[in-house]
Amino acid sequence: MTRYFTEDHEWIEVDGDSATVGITDYAQSQLGDIVFAEVPATGATLKKGGDAAVVESVKAASDVYAPVSGTVIEGNDALEGDPALVNSDPEGEGWFFKITLSDTSELDSLMDAAAYKAFVDGL
Amino acid sequence: MRQPASVAATLERTDMSEEDEFELEPIEILELPLDAWHRDKGARMVEFAGYHMPIQYEGIMAEHIWTRENAGLFDVSHMGQLMLTGEGAAEALEAMVPGDISALKEGKMRYSLLLGEDGGILDDMMITAVPMGLYVVVNGAVKWDDMGYLREHLPDEITINHMDDRALLALQGPKAVDALVRVVPGVDALYFMEAGSFFWGPKTDPEPLWISRSGYTGEDGFEISVPAAHAKALADQICAQPEVKPIGLGARDSLRLEAGLPLYGHDMNPDIDPVEASAAFAVSKRRRAEGGFFGSDRILNGLANGPARKLVGLSVEGKMPVREGAPVFAGDTQVGVITSGGFGPSVGAPIAMGYIDAGHNATGSMLEAEVRGKRVSVTVSSLPFIPHHYHRKGAQT
Repeated sequence: MTRYFTEDHEWIEVDGDSATVGITDYAQSQLGDIVFAEVPATGATLKKGGDAAVVESVKAASDVYAPVSGTVIEGNDALEGDPALVNSDPEGEGWFFKITLSDTSELDSLMDAAAYKAFVDGL
Repeated sequence: MRQPASVAATLERTDMSEEDEFELEPIEILELPLDAWHRDKGARMVEFAGYHMPIQYEGIMAEHIWTRENAGLFDVSHMGQLMLTGEGAAEALEAMVPGDISALKEGKMRYSLLLGEDGGILDDMMITAVPMGLYVVVNGAVKWDDMGYLREHLPDEITINHMDDRALLALQGPKAVDALVRVVPGVDALYFMEAGSFFWGPKTDPEPLWISRSGYTGEDGFEISVPAAHAKALADQICAQPEVKPIGLGARDSLRLEAGLPLYGHDMNPDIDPVEASAAFAVSKRRRAEGGFFGSDRILNGLANGPARKLVGLSVEGKMPVREGAPVFAGDTQVGVITSGGFGPSVGAPIAMGYIDAGHNATGSMLEAEVRGKRVSVTVSSLPFIPHHYHRKGAQT
């Protein structure tokens, strides 16, 4: 399994042609207390860079974009009852959705962990 | 309305005031006297009203709850502190505000509204009668406009002094009095909406502070005007009290929303009059009888016949916040708009305020707000969402 990152602070963990997507620890720490998350419906078709989910802190609503194109296998229903999972375990239990990739070559444009760390350090 | 931005865009956004059309574009972002103090305390700074200001320290939720249970220190030095002096200042100001200012006794303060010539609200403000004249605190985002407007409409013999050499701190919460009385003896004698001068510091060289028992969180508390040169020492002393933590603008916004207190530029603007803003209490009895202030025909007509739209509280079903700009519907008909909305940490649910048309704004009215193309049920509810805990004279404590 390989984990990639976007400049919009999403992470995607790829396992074969399916993947899990969430927002990074850096993103949650900067957004602050998460009070609401809206995940995509199973079967929804997502386009790389398109709106996929919404995350809301006390102060603001933010879009979560699809890091790659594909079809949603599952949204994380646990976030509905406990959106603070995004704060407590952003890169684990606080995942947003799982997706079947339609084009694995789209992963080539994403960052690996080291590149994302360098990106965040430069912000 | 503001659509959600990407996470990255949200993180990059440093202008908390968003699309505030009432705010002049500042040429440069200014620093307040406690700028370095906030950064030392770990604050995340944002641009607000033309200044760098702390939006949060440890987190909005924790800071909000701390203030409701203990005491929070807010830096509100961006607000304009004005002193109006000269014979007849109160009577002259009454042309532009609907309160009974000339009846205000020394050391008493009143919430009031600065009215445009058509009765629209140019700002909300606190007016205190002081030995010199009137001490007026106005919103930071419109203070320059306010000063120009006051200068235009007040007679030449009334002097407006902008006390920009002073910082303004607010200590808010049920334990504010316990903490502040240790730093500034005697402040516990004040009741809600009273103010006075108090000495602080060494007996040999005490510094006079202007302190009022007031604030904008719905809790008991104080607002302290201090010379900028002494602001850091005072903030350090207050924060050294075990009840006190520094609190940012983020929690200030959620606290005032729960308290049902309007935020100028959002819940009030120049198109809206005091009756529409559910601020008819600010139109004093004598002024209703006499009229003669800007927009008094419009305002008195609104009082007599009811406003066409009114600012109300809205409780929100479910967990999805309904934010500023969201349209509100009764069936297919739009009947209003949200002007403030978010999550209420003490309420434990989303809450909002907005303008709803007559016929749909009675408490208990069931409506729908639209968020990202989806309808969410909202119910008109009485304000405040969290009861006020002011230290009122004559009240049982």
